[in-house]
Amino acid sequence: MSTVLNVKALSKSFGGLRALNDVDLQVNSGEIAALIGPNGAGKTTFFNCITGIYEPTDGDVFFTPLGATECRVNGMKPNSVTELGMARTFQNIRLFKNMTVLENVMVARHCRTKAGILDALLRPPHVKREEKENIEKSYELLKYIGLNKHYNDLACNLPYGDQRRLEIARAMATEPSLLLLDEPAAGMNPQETASLKELVLDIRDKFNLAILLIEHDMSMVMSLSERIYVMEYGCLISQGTPEEVSKDPQVIKAYLGEESHA
Amino acid sequence: MQGLKQSIITSLWFMFLTFPIMVVRVNTIENTVEWRWMNLAYVGVGIFILSFVWRWALARKEAKQYETETTDKPKKQLWLSRAMEEPAVAKPALAAIFALSVAMPFLVSTYQTNIFISFLLYVILGLGLNIIVGVAGLLFLGHAAFYAIGAYSYALLNHYFGIGFWVALPLGGILACLGGILLAFPVLRLRGDYLAIVTLGFGEIIRLVLENWSDLTGGPSGISNIDRPGLFGMELSVADANVYIYYIVLALAIITMIAVQRLKNSRIGRALQALREDEIACQAMGIDRVNVKVMAFGLGTAWAGFAGVIFAAKTTFINPASFTFMESAIILSIVVLGGMGSNLGVILGSAFLVLMPEYLRAFSEYRMILFAAAMVLMMVFRPQGLIAPKGRKYHVDDPDLIKEGDA
Ligand SMILES: Nc1ncnc2c1ncn2[C@@H]1O[C@H](COP(=O)(O)OP(=O)(O)O)[C@@H](O)[C@H]1O
Ligand SMILES: [Mg+2]
Repeated sequence: MSTVLNVKALSKSFGGLRALNDVDLQVNSGEIAALIGPNGAGKTTFFNCITGIYEPTDGDVFFTPLGATECRVNGMKPNSVTELGMARTFQNIRLFKNMTVLENVMVARHCRTKAGILDALLRPPHVKREEKENIEKSYELLKYIGLNKHYNDLACNLPYGDQRRLEIARAMATEPSLLLLDEPAAGMNPQETASLKELVLDIRDKFNLAILLIEHDMSMVMSLSERIYVMEYGCLISQGTPEEVSKDPQVIKAYLGEESHA
Repeated sequence: MQGLKQSIITSLWFMFLTFPIMVVRVNTIENTVEWRWMNLAYVGVGIFILSFVWRWALARKEAKQYETETTDKPKKQLWLSRAMEEPAVAKPALAAIFALSVAMPFLVSTYQTNIFISFLLYVILGLGLNIIVGVAGLLFLGHAAFYAIGAYSYALLNHYFGIGFWVALPLGGILACLGGILLAFPVLRLRGDYLAIVTLGFGEIIRLVLENWSDLTGGPSGISNIDRPGLFGMELSVADANVYIYYIVLALAIITMIAVQRLKNSRIGRALQALREDEIACQAMGIDRVNVKVMAFGLGTAWAGFAGVIFAAKTTFINPASFTFMESAIILSIVVLGGMGSNLGVILGSAFLVLMPEYLRAFSEYRMILFAAAMVLMMVFRPQGLIAPKGRKYHVDDPDLIKEGDA
């Protein structure tokens, strides 16, 4: 089993606030790992640091795409990281709202297609073919996710749960080796959450990806993930299998404890 | 009842405000003061009715909004944009418009042809700016500067080196495009109002340089005697040259429309739209922000360069006064009024802002007031513009989908 993502001593400061403090984290190929912790623990900041949206203050992020050699990605631009094979969704949905559902997915295939300005103006046969292929592949993905009925609707007209699923479809369209999901079940009803769980498992098996998941829904985290990392105040306080983590007194105190009182 | 009271208060308030100008008049010849009480009554009744209409329109708009929010119905499109989606309507309509525009110079006077030339120039300018503002979502207030770059490229090249129109046309476009790319780099990090201010400043800088570099550009008095475009070395009369230029502009406008449409629906165009919708998500989807912004600027300003060259050839005289901020503002209004990102919208917008004022000369005193009123009404009742953006519809052959639809 090889490591896809290897993060070493990652730190990030916003002025005086240390949002991430010496975080070490590994994700192996074909694995579903989860990153949990109370609100404000720094989970989203962690995603932003490894995808190049923020530049880490300290530490290293090594990423090994499928069938490629390891490379250090911190300091790289977000689009280059995506091109290498790391795709993500956002906690606060960031769809391209005034574009259609199909267009949203087609945009995400930007780094897997090549047509330039002259190609767009002259439309030679190979560009037409590429465009057609882009439409077909994007549509296939929508069908897989179950949104093909709405392919010509504007993304902002989708129901909330479908918008979250569209974000996943869009991330998948970049052909990633590692998929990062930031609270994919937030705001979903129980049925939607259940079908999302199926989807995440199926994606992992079908596309042979590694998945790193931020989630507050404990039943989902416990049943999906092979390994769990727990953060609090920017520090990693525990890691291990779901059983190990749920028995860790520190975790119970910091996180699960809150829930049992509630 | 509440509405009645508010309308009465509004009309009283207006009567009070307009009292000094509408009612009191000093007759300086007889040294008497005239009291025109009838005017007060007119203002009162007029405002009362207007306020009622206004309130009714607002209520209707809110009711509609509520309806679309609760019933999930897609937003209503303007009948025109719906008609253009029907191939059975769109094709003959386009053919008719094309035939009419080709025959135009023979049907109307030289004066009218001139008006249509400037209408088409604004269409080209609007389509170019539409790439930057409508498609890529970058608020850009310096478009006139690139129009000026195009016009002055031809004027200067013609004046100093005797270079002809057909050589200058691509050169003007390329120079404006390069100017756009150069401007893109310093403003990469700016968005919204900040970008608007910097581009506005850039536009003014270009104009001031043209105005003050008298040795080269002739300063405020500009450059005159620019050659009209040649037609295989034939000498054309002024009227014929006008017709010839009309066809050149028409051809360029059609080319621009096709090119912009193709760009918009291409890989690059989608990347530009993604940039408009969400800059962070756009980057996270593998799009290079710098590349795309530079492309947006270059692709948008090139058209202004082409239009500038034609403008110089048409008027045979240019000076910096033709490229003030007012010009940028009108082009931006065309894009906003027409509906951001829509080509049909740009044509409607130009028709409204360029043709209407020409044909409503009778109202020319109130032109600016009508202009402003139209803008305010647009912002309140149709903020998305005449033609609302709706995303490109694709057709996918999927037998499963049809089955589901039947079931
Ligand atoms: N761009 C930023 N500037 C300043 N502080 C930030 C920024 N982004 C996140 N933070 C802070 O970092 C901490 C971690 O936030 P976040 O990563 O969003 O938490 P989580 O996703 O675990 O709920 C919070 O205290 C938040 O206020
Ligand atoms: Mg978060």
